[in-house]
Amino acid sequence: MKAVKIQKNMKLKQSIISLNKISISFNGETILKDLSLDIKEGEFVTLLGPSGCGKTTTLRIIAGFLKQDSGDIFFRGRTINKVPAYKREVNTIFQKYALFPHLNVYENVAFGLRIQKKPENEINKKVREMLKMVNLESYINRRVTSLSGGQQQRVAIARALANEPKVLLLDEPLGALDLKLRKDMQSELKNIHKETGITFILVTHDQEEALSMSDTVVVMDKGTIQQIGTPEDIYNEPKNAFVADFIGESNIVEGIMIDDYRVKFAGKEFKCIDKNFEKMSPVDVVIRPEDIKVTLPENGDISGLVTSVTFKGVHNEIIVDVDGFKWMIQTTKSQETGDEIGMIINPDDIHIMRKSSYSSEIGDYSAFSDEFYEEQHHRE
Amino acid sequence: MKFFRKIYMFLIFLFLYAPIFVLMVFSFNDSKSRATWHGFTFKWYHRLFENNDILSAFYSTMLIAAISSVIATILGTMAAVGIMKSKKWQRKMIMNITNLPMINPEIVTGVSLMLLFVFLYNRFGIFKPGIVTLIFAHTTFCLPYVILSVMPKLRQMDSHIYEAALDLGCNPTKSFFKVVLPQIMPGIVTGLIMSFTMSIDDFVISYFTGGTTQTLPIAVYSMTRKMVSPEINALSTILFLVVFVLLIVINLRREKDKNSSIYSEY
Amino acid sequence: MRIRLTLLPYLIWSTVFVIIPLMLVIIFAFSTPEGNFTFNNIISVGKYSYVFLKSIVLGLVSTIVCLCIGYPMAYFISKIKAKYQNVVIMLLMIPMWTSFLLRTYSWMTILEYNGLINKFLSSVGISKINMINTPGAIVLGMVYNFLPYMILPIYTILAKTDEKVIEAAQDLGANNLKVFWKVIFPLSIPGVVSGFTMVFVPSVSTFIISKMLGGGSIFVIGDLIEMQFLGNTYNPYLGSAISLVLMLMIVICMGIMNQLDSEENANT
Repeated sequence: MKAVKIQKNMKLKQSIISLNKISISFNGETILKDLSLDIKEGEFVTLLGPSGCGKTTTLRIIAGFLKQDSGDIFFRGRTINKVPAYKREVNTIFQKYALFPHLNVYENVAFGLRIQKKPENEINKKVREMLKMVNLESYINRRVTSLSGGQQQRVAIARALANEPKVLLLDEPLGALDLKLRKDMQSELKNIHKETGITFILVTHDQEEALSMSDTVVVMDKGTIQQIGTPEDIYNEPKNAFVADFIGESNIVEGIMIDDYRVKFAGKEFKCIDKNFEKMSPVDVVIRPEDIKVTLPENGDISGLVTSVTFKGVHNEIIVDVDGFKWMIQTTKSQETGDEIGMIINPDDIHIMRKSSYSSEIGDYSAFSDEFYEEQHHRE
Repeated sequence: MKFFRKIYMFLIFLFLYAPIFVLMVFSFNDSKSRATWHGFTFKWYHRLFENNDILSAFYSTMLIAAISSVIATILGTMAAVGIMKSKKWQRKMIMNITNLPMINPEIVTGVSLMLLFVFLYNRFGIFKPGIVTLIFAHTTFCLPYVILSVMPKLRQMDSHIYEAALDLGCNPTKSFFKVVLPQIMPGIVTGLIMSFTMSIDDFVISYFTGGTTQTLPIAVYSMTRKMVSPEINALSTILFLVVFVLLIVINLRREKDKNSSIYSEY
Repeated sequence: MRIRLTLLPYLIWSTVFVIIPLMLVIIFAFSTPEGNFTFNNIISVGKYSYVFLKSIVLGLVSTIVCLCIGYPMAYFISKIKAKYQNVVIMLLMIPMWTSFLLRTYSWMTILEYNGLINKFLSSVGISKINMINTPGAIVLGMVYNFLPYMILPIYTILAKTDEKVIEAAQDLGANNLKVFWKVIFPLSIPGVVSGFTMVFVPSVSTFIISKMLGGGSIFVIGDLIEMQFLGNTYNPYLGSAISLVLMLMIVICMGIMNQLDSEENANT
């Protein structure tokens, strides 16, 4: 029993895909810069980032559709730089499914098996098995063009898995689906991952999707990796202002690390749990909106004026002006615009980050309403 | 207003179809006269199939049209695929070359090819004006039409489909034949049909590049210098009906296509 | 500079059968029969400026007539039920697929002095009119043959025009006439421009229509070129020079038209 368990752990730790210093540029524009990434056997990895961050390019390099300008890519320790896409043991689920419109559901799923010249009875068995897994058994002879988006997506999954890939690449597979369907497919994909044990590499710009589905999240921007970690790490311990800003809501304030466990921001000194910074060095301080407690002005660590209140169902989202810097607070207390309130921040909710190139780019919540509007549109 | 619209459209169609109608009617005229009706006959149809000049011109025309439209379709489809994958500036340059024979007056294309063939014949003894030069000339003017009817199909096609085939284990050639080709087939067929009909109908370029070879349009032209035998009327009536039926079939097919794609949206 | 392999046959083909022939035209235009460089051919083209002028006038008149009768047709087609539009467009294209020569020949039999129209006129007691071998007959032949080339591009643009744009204009208080001149027509300019070139280029360079319906009495650029290559005055050097001038003229014309098009687009 014990031996099996150890072996399973060993297998989990072995890396299946490794990227080593991958760079690529199109028309003189650098898309990826010295990107290195190690993906373990059986892992569910998500590449997360805004559009243009290079996440899809990374996926296409792994699939073999693009050739990197420099750097190496390894599959189970062996380089596959020169292996063309059709010989790689990875399969892709494309953004808009890319089903073959001239073939029916059965033939789409059987496509890869036919290329491998598998015997007909084997193909038949496999196709039925795959379609059963994605709950499409009754659609076996339908034209793919007559299926709904969600059904097409299932066919695409069945088609990719029929080839028994070692790694499944998913390029924003749920982007074209509506919210409800997206949620269903998320849990379905998670189940398939659990059942098959195949390594999944998912590309998405939806942070919620990334956090809820994956074992490991790789946050990317401007062609480089900003942070790799478990969803919890990424959320709780963002490495720099970009990650903090991109994942969830956060107040990012400029501060000064006075000493170990002592940081000054918003004109006040706070206790914190971070250390090993240079004394008196400028830092970025991250405080999540839900970690700020609202109290009377005289009881708070800092105080400010409420400038807007938005009801969000479970909580209220309020914007507070503290000496010109707009903070966002999520609280269940009801406040009115114009109220003077105090804010309490606990030491373990204060997260200190080194200054990065992002520090100056990311501001407070003064333009909040616009940002909100844009995001809503983006999701549509 | 609606009434006026109908009358207007009717008059335009009358204008477009009247000469064709006249042509057809006089193919049944029991006289060589082009303007007076002398009674109904099928004799021009019988004579047509006994007239060796016309039949051999018809044969050459069909041969040239078949060969050049097939060559143009193959080369044009290959070119369209290549153009789509080229860099932007290369694509732009190639499209300019492609458009050249289309914007150039036919007569200029004709004489330029004539200069080429005469030059090659005088220098190297190849390309004696005749069926072969006609095939080369016709392929040349058909190529842009094939490219322009295949390109939109390639553009409409989800480019990931090709990648999906690679992804599932097809090598690039296999991916093209198994996945891309079925998608762009309608464009290829359109290009083929267009090439074929344009080749059949071409007069100007054939006139300059064909030497003494008689194609149907050239035969008709030399007859109009004298007097057109009603056998030609008979032949064109047959051709017209064939084209008419072909077009209706194509159109019905397209309608069906459209219906099935509408269905897919549900 | 990697060129796709599938493109190679086409590139070779175009080089040999499109580029090189046009180069030959240019070379011939500047050569003497002995192979020396000369400007004489180009200069001699000046002698035929009257022929050029006549061809351009005939071409322009036909193009304008095509526009005047083709635009309403395109507009009306775009207004009928979508279901029937395809049928009408198909009917428009069928004549294009039947022999161009035979259709023109058919007009000969209609317009002749003893042709169908005059037969009809004399039967109702009106004296015969001389129609064939006149500039009018040539214009008729051109309009007849090239009208669909004017209608189709305009129709394509009009059919694509968003109905909502028109509704928006009406909503803003424009009456039907204003909607047409302020919205629909400006939007259809690209179609008009491509229709214009598609009719003008073949009209200005044809030689069959003038031969068949003009009876050889009206001499146009096409006849002039044909004569140099296949006629009695065999002179491919002069013929090339004339072809070159014709080509340049058309390029300039299209340049002007495209300019109009882009200016119009910049305004709207």
